[in-house]
Amino acid sequence: MEHLLEMRNLSIDLFRGKKQPPVKLVEGVDLNIRKRQTFGIVGESGCGKSITCSTLMGLLSFPLSVGSGSSIRFQRADGSETELTSVSKTEMRKIRGREISMIFQEPMTALDPMYTIEAQIEETLRFHTDMNRAQMHAAALEMLQKVKIPRAEEVLKDYPHHLSGGMLQRVMIAIALINNPRLLIADEPTTALDVTIQAQILDLMNDLRESYDTSVIMITHDLGVIAETCEEVAVFYAGQVIEQASVEAIFHEAAHPYTAGLLRSVTSLGGAQKQLYAIRGTVPTAGNFSSGCRFADRCDFCEERCRVQAPPLVEIAPGHLCRCLLHPAQKEGLA
Amino acid sequence: MSNVLLDVQGLKTYFPIKGGVIRKTVGYVHAVEDVSFSIGEQETFALVGESGCGKSTTGRSILRLIEPTAGQVRFDGQDLCALDAEAMRKKRRDMQLIFQDPYSSLNPRMTMRKLLEEPLRTHFALNQKEMDERIHWIADAVGFSRDQLGRYPHQFSGGQRQRISIARALITNPRFVVADEPVSALDVSIQAQVLNLLMKLQEEMKLSYLFISHDLNVVRHISTRVAVMYLGRIVETGDTEEIYCHPMHPYTLALLSAIPRRDPSDQKTRVHLEGDVPSPSNPPKGCAFHDRCARCKPICAEVVPQPRAMADGRLVACHLYDA
Repeated sequence: MEHLLEMRNLSIDLFRGKKQPPVKLVEGVDLNIRKRQTFGIVGESGCGKSITCSTLMGLLSFPLSVGSGSSIRFQRADGSETELTSVSKTEMRKIRGREISMIFQEPMTALDPMYTIEAQIEETLRFHTDMNRAQMHAAALEMLQKVKIPRAEEVLKDYPHHLSGGMLQRVMIAIALINNPRLLIADEPTTALDVTIQAQILDLMNDLRESYDTSVIMITHDLGVIAETCEEVAVFYAGQVIEQASVEAIFHEAAHPYTAGLLRSVTSLGGAQKQLYAIRGTVPTAGNFSSGCRFADRCDFCEERCRVQAPPLVEIAPGHLCRCLLHPAQKEGLA
Repeated sequence: MSNVLLDVQGLKTYFPIKGGVIRKTVGYVHAVEDVSFSIGEQETFALVGESGCGKSTTGRSILRLIEPTAGQVRFDGQDLCALDAEAMRKKRRDMQLIFQDPYSSLNPRMTMRKLLEEPLRTHFALNQKEMDERIHWIADAVGFSRDQLGRYPHQFSGGQRQRISIARALITNPRFVVADEPVSALDVSIQAQVLNLLMKLQEEMKLSYLFISHDLNVVRHISTRVAVMYLGRIVETGDTEEIYCHPMHPYTLALLSAIPRRDPSDQKTRVHLEGDVPSPSNPPKGCAFHDRCARCKPICAEVVPQPRAMADGRLVACHLYDA
């Protein structure tokens, strides 16, 4: 397998009772994550970006479940392949925190207020390695120094409420990286932080990614964070990938009207004209998706066929995928 | 700047820290420390800074939702701090507040019509017909149809709820509005809609805004003048474009350089800030920023820098620009 992770046709169902069919929150997502790549997933709240990544960690629970026909293959450290959608719970526990780990959005709530920082860092070590206490302490201390926490020895004895948000996010990164995972999922890692702290954390993550050889999936709603960190980007809208390309192509040659609109509304901020470009309407809620293009109601270029025919995701240039009927390359793709 | 509508001089707001068994006051959080600025009619003045720098407390102290410890707030020539409770309540008709979180600032048990009626009942003695007229007028202005008036907050999306909050603030026909992070809780594509609405209403209703935000791009777009706050103090005030193009205070420079790039091919040099904002209960001596400042001088640790007028009219509180 050439990729670290291959996701095929992933769908996530929301159970609504025995008499009703499940709602598909995420549908037909194909993603490939290469080794040492930073892959960005961008989208608005409720578009399915976070649950897609929770699936990788095996964190979906009732009423959510992985839909039939989905496949996520992950290349393990020993070279074997594991199908994450059907892996046993015991096997998943071996992967989670060791080969795939995750940084959550709010470090203030993700850490347990009742335990010291040291206990929470060493928890992952205790579970996955057979280090003794002295070794664990040394490893935890070294890791805190790597994430550039000052007076690390004292911080180990602190409780989460002693530390600021930026420091806690560094602790989260330390916990996530201490077992040298092959894949790190960062779910809005800087959204709860101030902009100067955000810059520190993003720089730190870029440095660590290089020294740890880890692939990173960066989930965010902030296009600025994408521009700072990622190489390849998938844009999610209403549970689907609507565009996927290299970061340069997304920012300079956005093909889908939604991506272009998002970029325009961000870049027109601070621009010369006072009136901001705004995408009209609101994001459709799951279960109310139209049978045609899901963006049709908000699109400036919508045509009659957009409301009827669901657009497929088509490669419009090498490595650049787009889900829009209006794109000229679409016809060739259908033929 | 046109006629001054609101003038704030030497505003201070301290919160007591209680400790010990008898809850004695053991110290103060200096949330707002000697803040002065003025806002002209139909102007948008922005307060920008990181969380905990006192920008929201400043906004609330001006409306006396939090009683300021010291200082003077003159609204239309009248000192607000000298007003008694009843006179202040009447004054609030002219000065309103838009809250940050549209999910928690609307009572879930009231319909949109009830939510909009509430400020009218408080401030005006109108009969039902007049009240309906006002409600229909404001609902049109913020883009709701009449059949939506009977709905409850949970039936609206975040952006729609924020439009209800705006309607609630503007229905009394105020002259001055404190907008406390009005778009921070919203999605990117919805933020632009709400900002456009705020600007449109400003023009139509001749409003002045005090716009509080931590989002530097939003502030640049909406405001004509901006004040950068750090640890309860204003470090730099002036024309928004001038400050964004040529920041003078080292903190402003660091803050602006931390804005993520809008384009992956941009190469920009970043001014790194080490460490965190110090605690406002125990602020550093001298300049509050001196222990994180790359250009710190010995005097910075001793003397609090006073705002100094620069050639282009802005005020900078930094010893680097001492004459």
